Amino acid sequence: MAGGQERILRGRIRSVQATKKITRAMELIAASRIVKAQQRVSAAVPYSELITEVVRDLSAAGAGSESPLLAGRDQVKKVCYVVLTADRGLCGGYNSGVMRATEGEIKQDALSGRDHVIVPVGRKAEGYFRFRGYNMAQSFTGFTDSPTYAIAKEIGEYVTGLFTSGEVDRVELVYTRFVSAGNQEVVQRPLVPLDTKVAEGGDGKSEAGHDYEFEPTPELILETLLPRYVEARVYAALLNAAASEHAFRQRAMKAATDNAEELIKNLSRIMNRARQDSITTEIMEIVGGAEAMASGN
Amino acid sequence: MAEASGTMRVEVVSPERILFSGEAKQVITRTLEGGEVAFLPGHAAFLGALTENHTRIYLVDGSIQNLAVHLGFVEVGADHVTILSDSAELEQDIDVARAKAAKERAETQMRTEHSTEVEADLRRAHARLSAAGGLNSSH
Repeated sequence: MAGGQERILRGRIRSVQATKKITRAMELIAASRIVKAQQRVSAAVPYSELITEVVRDLSAAGAGSESPLLAGRDQVKKVCYVVLTADRGLCGGYNSGVMRATEGEIKQDALSGRDHVIVPVGRKAEGYFRFRGYNMAQSFTGFTDSPTYAIAKEIGEYVTGLFTSGEVDRVELVYTRFVSAGNQEVVQRPLVPLDTKVAEGGDGKSEAGHDYEFEPTPELILETLLPRYVEARVYAALLNAAASEHAFRQRAMKAATDNAEELIKNLSRIMNRARQDSITTEIMEIVGGAEAMASGN
Repeated sequence: MAEASGTMRVEVVSPERILFSGEAKQVITRTLEGGEVAFLPGHAAFLGALTENHTRIYLVDGSIQNLAVHLGFVEVGADHVTILSDSAELEQDIDVARAKAAKERAETQMRTEHSTEVEADLRRAHARLSAAGGLNSSH
């Protein structure tokens, strides 16, 4: 019956309105967090720039030759992928973008005879790769929307451990780089062994042109410095990923809110038509009844 | 130029933010194996690894900024000193009660077992207390 349809439509509109309220709230929360996450990304820049500079100066002073973290291996048999995703969904293509890129790399590796192991960061990556039966190492979850340096340290120590023990021959970092609020891209960066290009370019001299004095020796400094450098890289990636996650979520939730609005508009239109139909039918019935009674007289 | 002005730019940078930045006349810190070093404006270029220590920055206005630095690096040029540390705390951010408790805990642990980790804990607690001025002479 027409009146029944109207009631059903009214219920649906109410439900879409409730959903819209939620997505709107999530959109606003994500938008406010982007700013904070962006500030954290830029606050981390001075440290990572300085530490890169120091690594350069040290290797220019000839300290880098025998460090295990700098030396690549001739034969890469096993590659470790550190995959940075979110803990939660509802952020559009954010998680799937990173995971798809990783899967593609692993397939490439399999073709050239390299084995893989995944270190998932974020619950989404953990669930995805576990379900599909990939080789997994330790996973790190529960912090992706606001990562701390302590976590970066933990991850850094764990993957350098994998590398130095010979378990893996290369560590790659897959994450979403935050270019701007409107632009993020999935990137893959080698983490260990460290890019030799990073080590090049230093002259072992300060800007003033003096040779550096080292204390203790350059080798010893580099030995303590390289793990910190890896941690700083992981930290920067985590911060970028967090900022991207918020940006993706904001966009996804904005789309959801817009869609809900559209749905409400269409549903209201259908509902009004149904209501009008039922009123017309009612009038017709009354008029018909009255006429029948008049002709009966 | 820097020597003429008699000051240098000091920055303490942690991965999360720039902890401290200002003009200073002298910086005293402690390197791995090397003991305490003081840097004055016009110092030769220097690169060092730091141990857990109580670093003092003598500011131009005569006050001293104390901080606890737990491992890290120092990069020195004629007109600047940059301390990179993944865990450094300014004097005003140190929780003295917590550091004291950590020191006692480490000391009792030291009596039963001797590990490098406990030693590092103790050194950290020491650096904190020293920087916060809460280290009693009887230690």
